[in-house]
Amino acid sequence: MSELLTIADRVVAQARPGEQVEAFVSRGGETEVRVYQGEVEHVVSAQSEGIGIRVIRDGRTGFAYAGALTDDAVADVLAAARENVGFGEPDEWAGLAEPDGVPVTEQVLWSDELAAVAADDKIDLAMQLERLTAACDPRVRVDEANYADAYGEAAVVTTTGIRQHGRENGCYVSVSTLADDGDETQSGFGFSVGRHTGELDLERAAREAAERATRLLGATKPTSRRLTVVLDPFVTAQFLGIISSTLNGESVVKGRSIFRDRLGEAVAAPTFTLVDDPTDARAYTATDVDGDGLAARRNVLVDGGVLQRFVHSSYSARRAGTASTGNALRGGFRGTPGVGCHALQLQPGTRSQAELVAGVDDGVLIQSVSGIHSGVNPISGDFSTGAAGLLISGGELGGPVREFTIASTLQRMLLDVVEVGGDVEWLPMRAAGVSLVIRDVTMSGS
Amino acid sequence: MCLVIERDLVEDVLAHAMRTGAEFAELYGEDKRSTSLALDDGRVEQVTSGRDRGVGIRVIRGATTGYAHTADLTAAGLRAAAEAAASAAGHADGGRHVVALTPAARHVVNTVVTAPDEVPTSRKVELLRRVDHAARSAGAEIVQVAAGYGDSRKQVLVANSDGVFVDDDQVRVLMRISAIASGDAGMQTGFQSMGHTVGWEAFDRVDVEALAREAAEQAIRKLRARPAPSGALPVVIKHGTGGVLFHEACGHGLEADHVAKGASVYAGKVGELVASPLVTLVDDGTLAGEWGTLGIDDEGHPTQRNVLIQDGVLTGYMWDHVRARAEGRPLTGNGRRQSYMHLPMVRMTNTFVLDGPDDPDDIVAATDHGVYIAKLGGGSVNTANGDFVFGMTEAYLIEGGRITEPLRDGNLIGNGPQVLRDIDMLGNDFAMGNPGTCGKDGQGVPVGDGQPTLRVASMTVGGTAS
Repeated sequence: MSELLTIADRVVAQARPGEQVEAFVSRGGETEVRVYQGEVEHVVSAQSEGIGIRVIRDGRTGFAYAGALTDDAVADVLAAARENVGFGEPDEWAGLAEPDGVPVTEQVLWSDELAAVAADDKIDLAMQLERLTAACDPRVRVDEANYADAYGEAAVVTTTGIRQHGRENGCYVSVSTLADDGDETQSGFGFSVGRHTGELDLERAAREAAERATRLLGATKPTSRRLTVVLDPFVTAQFLGIISSTLNGESVVKGRSIFRDRLGEAVAAPTFTLVDDPTDARAYTATDVDGDGLAARRNVLVDGGVLQRFVHSSYSARRAGTASTGNALRGGFRGTPGVGCHALQLQPGTRSQAELVAGVDDGVLIQSVSGIHSGVNPISGDFSTGAAGLLISGGELGGPVREFTIASTLQRMLLDVVEVGGDVEWLPMRAAGVSLVIRDVTMSGS
Repeated sequence: MCLVIERDLVEDVLAHAMRTGAEFAELYGEDKRSTSLALDDGRVEQVTSGRDRGVGIRVIRGATTGYAHTADLTAAGLRAAAEAAASAAGHADGGRHVVALTPAARHVVNTVVTAPDEVPTSRKVELLRRVDHAARSAGAEIVQVAAGYGDSRKQVLVANSDGVFVDDDQVRVLMRISAIASGDAGMQTGFQSMGHTVGWEAFDRVDVEALAREAAEQAIRKLRARPAPSGALPVVIKHGTGGVLFHEACGHGLEADHVAKGASVYAGKVGELVASPLVTLVDDGTLAGEWGTLGIDDEGHPTQRNVLIQDGVLTGYMWDHVRARAEGRPLTGNGRRQSYMHLPMVRMTNTFVLDGPDDPDDIVAATDHGVYIAKLGGGSVNTANGDFVFGMTEAYLIEGGRITEPLRDGNLIGNGPQVLRDIDMLGNDFAMGNPGTCGKDGQGVPVGDGQPTLRVASMTVGGTAS
């Protein structure tokens, strides 16, 4: 049996009458290799482990953690969590998850092959990526080329009957580029992720990183106007991340969601169907259990533009008078679970990005956005981000543009969705990417 | 202190780390205890206490850095981490190394009167309750309040093969308050925070109830906000709120790692006029009590005051050990890391612009049509081309030299070198801003910023109104 489960079992066995106790124990590690100009710049090899213990008594919650698993550390954490219970204020909905009978969809999240990769081979991958990228275009320099992998193992046990254990690993390569033309420098990036190194597509990462930087050379500042935007898959994934915060059950029960009163109503264009599916093995963030220890499951959130459901943890569900959707999210042993989407995807359309562009008269293909966390307010719905990309005129891609913003509101953007592309990309994010066309967005430039 | 590693053992571990032919080895140890309380929806939902203790070992051989860390502070655990770091840095015949450490006196920049961990948790709960009450009392429009209290004490030990052997005791207290107001046109948000590198006495000096009211009133004022303009306009930024502009417009571009790789628009520009002659920009990790203040940086070097831009002329960059060693430069106290699990790199501390000549009221009065920003959100920059954005979370129109209607949230975008040149008025009302967290390469570190009221002649405001 897993050593982590043993530690968690031992903690939970110490629960006193009237106490709910949850122990979350994890261990993990990562390797990061960065190369620069044919030499290894750094190799970081990191291992960590720790425990977080939650104690609930009379509706009061206390929590403590430590980055160590020695007997003394574990005993200290349990004592500190118990002490903290005394200071929380009673919450009639406080409580741990209870098994809900939903079967766990087993996922292949562990690769023995990746676990066996030698350190030198990891360095070789980063070196190869640097060479491939530099070879793409004479104007391109490589700012950094990276290989990274990580593994993690976790156990969660509660007095309410939850007892789960799992492990996973994965790897990625990433490259940052600079393209020069006279005094001008533009930057780009590319990456590829996989469950093992055989899944990494170095050529594609190199090509995209070179193309993203070079195609912005000569970019100008566009004139302000309203137009249609075509979001690159990577940008759409970031947009979906913001939309997901408005569908968060905890935000809903605490009155923070713009859609809190809109269940069953049309909140988006009919072409917009949004699903959170952690059981889809293609998703980078696919998982079998959620942060509460319940089965992760497929949930349709928006169907044909109609808001179908919010995502819930056991806590937010209890408050909302509904059942958990298996959407408790835990960031590690240092905190208690929050609520969020695991693996969002838009139901794809059928057309390629080129076909989508061909249908746009005056628009801009958005290659990247910046300030998505500083200029988007999911509570008021205001959306404004910095952007860079290529103009679209009469269905043709035109010159590069930068130093402008795109703005609308989240409510309007969902209703203004024109089409979803068929070009799904699985990204190392909580949402899959796909090209997305949205009309009537304000571009602010000169 | 809690983090006791005997000097003999540290010398032994560093010598062990250098056996494979390294030129440099470093041990960074940390013992951090933290407490946080989260109030939301009218109640203190959770009290959390945490402890992180461990050691990171860095080994440099040629152009390669190896790094490993461990939470096992026994001699065996430290030696294993030293071997892992040395192995990561690559092998060569290095022979035997002897490391002799010279203990240095602590560089004291902050004074802690009352250690937060000696304050009963019940008083921290009571502080949050007062904050909640004050925010909700600001008006019937307030429908939700969330507030977080946090304190931490991080004891740090840094030793390296150059003989450095120093420690530091870093205490922080933090309060964050967010309020939501609801009106006919939907919901709006207000936010205030305070953070200092001192003890519990911070809450005797700052009126947190006033801070809570300010967060609530900000949300209420925004209920009648109209869409922000779209396009290029003069922008006036209130004192003590716009330091993030400099952090993004040029701060990151003055970090020696970006400069060395030719990934900064400021590379090769020392001695040149890069900003309006009004601008003198300083990065200073010694400002008592400020959020980005440290006695030593995370490479064991005392923090100091570094003038980066003097009267518009670029005077220097910020350096860490690796970049300074490669280019034969003196250290500036800017080598920082998130924790013992992270590799240090060049980072800012407290970055601010000194006072200029103008009366802040005159700056607004001299602006016929523009935007007044009373509170900024976060930002980000592309150091390669200098384009940067920052959010405005409380802003107003300026019409006929007067501040008029409130505006909805949005981003502003500009080009760093251009915006620095376009600063055409600078106030005489310097103030430090709110505590910030600067993210770089996946690591977050606490930073401070500050500036007087200032005007940028033209920036692109990313709203929707024509």
